[in-house]
Amino acid sequence: MTAVIEPSSPSPSVPSMRRPLSGWANLAPVVRFGAAAAALLVVFSIVRIIADANDLTSSSTFAAALGATAPIFLAGLGGLFSERAGVVNIGLEGMMVLGTFGAGYFGYHWGPYAALLGGLVFGALGGLLHAVATVTFGVDHVVSGFAINILAPGITRFLASELFAGKRDGTITQSPTMKGSVSRIDVPFIAGGRIGNWHSPDPLLWFERKHWFFVSDLAGLLRGFTHDLAMPTLVAIILLPVSIYVLWHTPFGLRLRSCGEKPTAADSLAVPVYRMKYYGVVISGALAGLGGAWLVTNTRSYLENQPANRGFQGLAALVFGNYKPTGVAGGAGLFAYAQALTQRTGTQPVRALFLIAAIALAALALRSFYKRKLISGLSLVILAPLALLYYVLNETVNNQIVFITPYLVTLLVLAFASQHLRMPAADGKPWRKGMTE
Amino acid sequence: MNRKRLLYALASPAAAALVALVISSLALIVSGYSPFTAFKAMITYLDSADSVVAIVNRAAPYYVAGLAVALGFKMGLFNIGADGQYRLAALLSAAAGAQVNFWAPLHVLFVIVVAILVGGAYAAIPGVLKVTRGVNEVVATIMLNSIATGITAYLLSVYLRDKSGRSSLVSQTKELPQSAWLPSLNRALRAVGYHLPNGTVLNGYLIVAMLAGVFFYVLVFRTRFGFELRTTGVNPSAARAAGINPGRMVISTIVLSGMIAGLIGIGPLLSDVHRYSDIFPTALGFTGITVALLGRNHPAGIAIGALVIAGIERAGQNLNTVNIPPEITKILAGVLVLSAVITYEVVLRLTQAATVREAAHRAHSQLPGNAPADEAVAAK
Repeated sequence: MTAVIEPSSPSPSVPSMRRPLSGWANLAPVVRFGAAAAALLVVFSIVRIIADANDLTSSSTFAAALGATAPIFLAGLGGLFSERAGVVNIGLEGMMVLGTFGAGYFGYHWGPYAALLGGLVFGALGGLLHAVATVTFGVDHVVSGFAINILAPGITRFLASELFAGKRDGTITQSPTMKGSVSRIDVPFIAGGRIGNWHSPDPLLWFERKHWFFVSDLAGLLRGFTHDLAMPTLVAIILLPVSIYVLWHTPFGLRLRSCGEKPTAADSLAVPVYRMKYYGVVISGALAGLGGAWLVTNTRSYLENQPANRGFQGLAALVFGNYKPTGVAGGAGLFAYAQALTQRTGTQPVRALFLIAAIALAALALRSFYKRKLISGLSLVILAPLALLYYVLNETVNNQIVFITPYLVTLLVLAFASQHLRMPAADGKPWRKGMTE
Repeated sequence: MNRKRLLYALASPAAAALVALVISSLALIVSGYSPFTAFKAMITYLDSADSVVAIVNRAAPYYVAGLAVALGFKMGLFNIGADGQYRLAALLSAAAGAQVNFWAPLHVLFVIVVAILVGGAYAAIPGVLKVTRGVNEVVATIMLNSIATGITAYLLSVYLRDKSGRSSLVSQTKELPQSAWLPSLNRALRAVGYHLPNGTVLNGYLIVAMLAGVFFYVLVFRTRFGFELRTTGVNPSAARAAGINPGRMVISTIVLSGMIAGLIGIGPLLSDVHRYSDIFPTALGFTGITVALLGRNHPAGIAIGALVIAGIERAGQNLNTVNIPPEITKILAGVLVLSAVITYEVVLRLTQAATVREAAHRAHSQLPGNAPADEAVAAK
């Protein structure tokens, strides 16, 4: 949690931050991120041992979390492209729904890799609709996005009744199962991947099973990223550096972002603002659709309402991640990790999460007091023992409490970190050529 | 000019309806169905007292949901959370109502007050978060909807479940005593000489919905608070300059919106199912957004929007008899919303352009040395 909040801490609006930078702030971002991640892993390791919850940091939990991260991350990344171009995209959920249909249809006819393409194309169509409404016709962005969320399930249900129902094992709520499935990778010599017919050794699993302090947790984390990795997940991982590069290191990205910050200024420099916004929103739909396609390739068929709020979670991850690709990945990871824990056997890992929450809240409280923010410090001081109390009092955790955990965490993070969040300056404001701002 | 304005006002919904009809007809034609058969089956089905009553019953909670959302819209607040607010309110008011036994009108009032308070309290969370911590209310209410889903399921399964008798296996609250049921309006209709066919019940909740509409109208258009609310919605910085406290406006508006949202579930609860369970109607809050958008945030417009959506849903039930997938009504409703917001924007632009043109025209003709504008245009 702290790792995600830290990078945004140098906030120019707080005068007290103008003190000479402490040693921590002088470190390179990579070092800071690494140190924060290591500290977090130490906390997890301690809690795992105290709570006797090996699944907290097992490679299967991390692998499940990574898989669950992919669709949320793709949706959030979609939101990033749109909102960086100045168009709020609350229609991500609808575009994801369209993507699941496209993936189901393409997958049924031409296999799992065509499914990814199908999701991309159908999602992009949803994005195009949003762009037409918001950019060309100047409709309120939230309104248009919401309308797409209403429209998309209607379209897919009608199409499914026409194209899936009665075909092989297809019904109105499910496409026929696609032939074949996406390939999954185990990295050789690290996570026991095969070379030809020979199984290479799996040292990470060996370390993980020792349940040593920190070492086993680290092995679990690494193995989660190198073991049983589905191709679409790999695509999602690769899209992280790609979108950083595109948005921050190419002229296209600069133009796109300028349309989200100050479109009139961009226009005066001959940036085609309308066209850039179109690009942003269509890419946004395509990525959300790809997220939907991830779900479809995972189940090998389209299911009705398969995204189940993941588009909204992507949106939350985007705000949580301060409109930055790495932040989106972090936010999506948080949602996915909590979801993955709930699917482990027993509720012990989730119960352990409350211990972690207590520690994290206490740490944040100290930080608030250190920065002389008494009110947020005090409210955190009250929350921390509550989380601890819940951990102590409850032997098992109710499934519903588990269900709301990621939402609650996101809400808390938004409540305590929103001062550090900055959305693109012109995000959500309808813009027309020639208007005065 | 006034006639022109009326024309513009009617142009937008007419164009939206046309677009929705054309697009759903195209979808039908492409899939090999006849749109005429479809629309004929839909329209003929509506032509009965039975259908009219069913539509009104269905539309009433939609209407209240539309009012809840529209109140936020009026000042630029997007209360997506109406959905969570009404579900939580329905659960808690159902549980509270089943615990007590009052004289009937008081009992009904008690349940309604509990629902209003719960809805308002839950809506206060995003309001306070927005004002004190700057959290975007759209994201906060999306989170709170999911949290409400979890909380209601948790409370229902652990604390509020009816543990007595046969019903203990099902997740549901104890049934409300009859004193907490809203009477049907059949007797009132009979008093004015109108007899509904047997088995048709016009829900008493209609009165609650109408009162909510009147409350909305008076609050927004006839009070100082409503004036401040609309001012903030149209121009926040002008409102602030005029001494309107934006934080106070945000919190009071979203709490009021939540209080109205609390009333949504009262409809099914007091007029229909009489208990909260796993099968209690969901997503009414989202339908409220649709309805508010169709009705342009005006209580009369919202009523029309609610009736249209309820009518489309009801009419769709007859499509199976002519072997056309009823899912087409979902496309019809979705396209209707999207085209309604787009055509409204287009008409607004046309109106603005016309106004500007007219003003320029007038200014031109008033300049000294210029002939009256008509001739100047003719000379060109």
